[in-house]
Amino acid sequence: MAELKPKDVLLNPLANDNPIALQVLGICSALAVTTKLETSFVMALSVIFVLGLSNAAVSAIRMYIPSSIRIIVQMTIISSLVIVVDQFLQAFAYEASKTMSVFVGLIITNCIVMGRAEAFAMKNPPLISMIDGIGNALGYSLILIIVGFFRELFGSGKLFGITVLQPLQKVVNEAGEAVWQGWYVPNGLMLLPPSAFFLIGLIIWVLRTWKPEQSNRDPVL
Amino acid sequence: MDHYINIFLNAVFIENLALAFFLGMCTFLAISKSVKSAIGLGGAVIVIMGITIPLNNFLLNYLLKEGALARWFGSDFSSVNLEFLSLITFIGTIAAMVQILEMSLDRFFPPLYNTLGIFLPLITVNCAILGGSLFMQERDYDFAESVVYGLGSGFGWALAIAGLAGIREKMKYSDVPDGLKGLGITFMTVGLMALAFMCFGGIDLSEEAAAAEPSGSEELVVVSDGGTESMVVPDETEAEVSE
Repeated sequence: MAELKPKDVLLNPLANDNPIALQVLGICSALAVTTKLETSFVMALSVIFVLGLSNAAVSAIRMYIPSSIRIIVQMTIISSLVIVVDQFLQAFAYEASKTMSVFVGLIITNCIVMGRAEAFAMKNPPLISMIDGIGNALGYSLILIIVGFFRELFGSGKLFGITVLQPLQKVVNEAGEAVWQGWYVPNGLMLLPPSAFFLIGLIIWVLRTWKPEQSNRDPVL
Repeated sequence: MDHYINIFLNAVFIENLALAFFLGMCTFLAISKSVKSAIGLGGAVIVIMGITIPLNNFLLNYLLKEGALARWFGSDFSSVNLEFLSLITFIGTIAAMVQILEMSLDRFFPPLYNTLGIFLPLITVNCAILGGSLFMQERDYDFAESVVYGLGSGFGWALAIAGLAGIREKMKYSDVPDGLKGLGITFMTVGLMALAFMCFGGIDLSEEAAAAEPSGSEELVVVSDGGTESMVVPDETEAEVSE
């Protein structure tokens, strides 16, 4: 364990050891909030915050947790942090918290948080655990943002709510005639949840073609 | 009675936690290699959801809701609203119930423990369980409704994972591109299953829909176990299509 470099711990989860594409952690929320790039960003930031601090907190008290009740202890730490995020979002980003509804609360059971607490924070000192938490949250955010980008762009022709691809629609002009405007026909499937599965499946395919050794470490295979 | 059957069917098919809300995906993907273990896990989920959702409902209505404490400690507490603690209460209940269930199964039903045992710790972090409790809170179910909802949504999740495991057992024999093997193709399979489940989406089982005059909209008659039941395709879906 001595040769853990902060830089590797931070950057490995981005491509080499991605939580979603390789560790199969934290998928639930990745699918539900990615219809818009904005909610993806809010979710990503919340997870970075929760995961960094929970890893640090769990690791700071790791010597004092009896192993038989460690899950409840970890859960308590995580849920306290999530309550902070939830209340903060309701106060300062009410619209976003409305669209995300229960999924902010579900960060608690986002398996990334528990998984990293169990796998890393229980065995390593606080600082490096925090870096590991942030790194994994970044890996998660990366996938979230890629999926959110494609879903919003092709699903509604927008990015961050700003129209990029002019959607095709019938408009009444000044002379009172209905004319067609725009050129892009939005792909409704992209707004439906199954498209997130297809996109993540494709991302995994790309990732494994790039780094074939990941296939051997597939926990699902 | 109809009301409860509606909640049950709604939780199993239309609002399936796994395939319509994508909750509990991590375990869903990881433990679906064989039908046998999938059914074991599904059983454990049904039991835990059937217990924790009503229990959380009880805690929510009698301890956390605004004014609920007044019932126990007198009117001084009638303005206390502890609902912001609901997340931590729910997850505490779930973690504790899982632990209790594990210990009591170990003590009293060893054979059942041996089949379910390894899955029980996994369930604490299964977001479907917490998600069920949160949906229960959001929809304001009363106690009886929450029992039915808990069993129904657990059953729906079990059904979905058994289905996926069945598909994946057959998929062993097919020739999948290298990079897509394992996790990649599983994601796509779940996506297709979810698309299939979306066709339940247009069905509205609520009482308002049943009471509304089905004028102009077609009426489907579906024979279910409970007898003949009419399902009305709501007008909105038609309107969306025609636009």
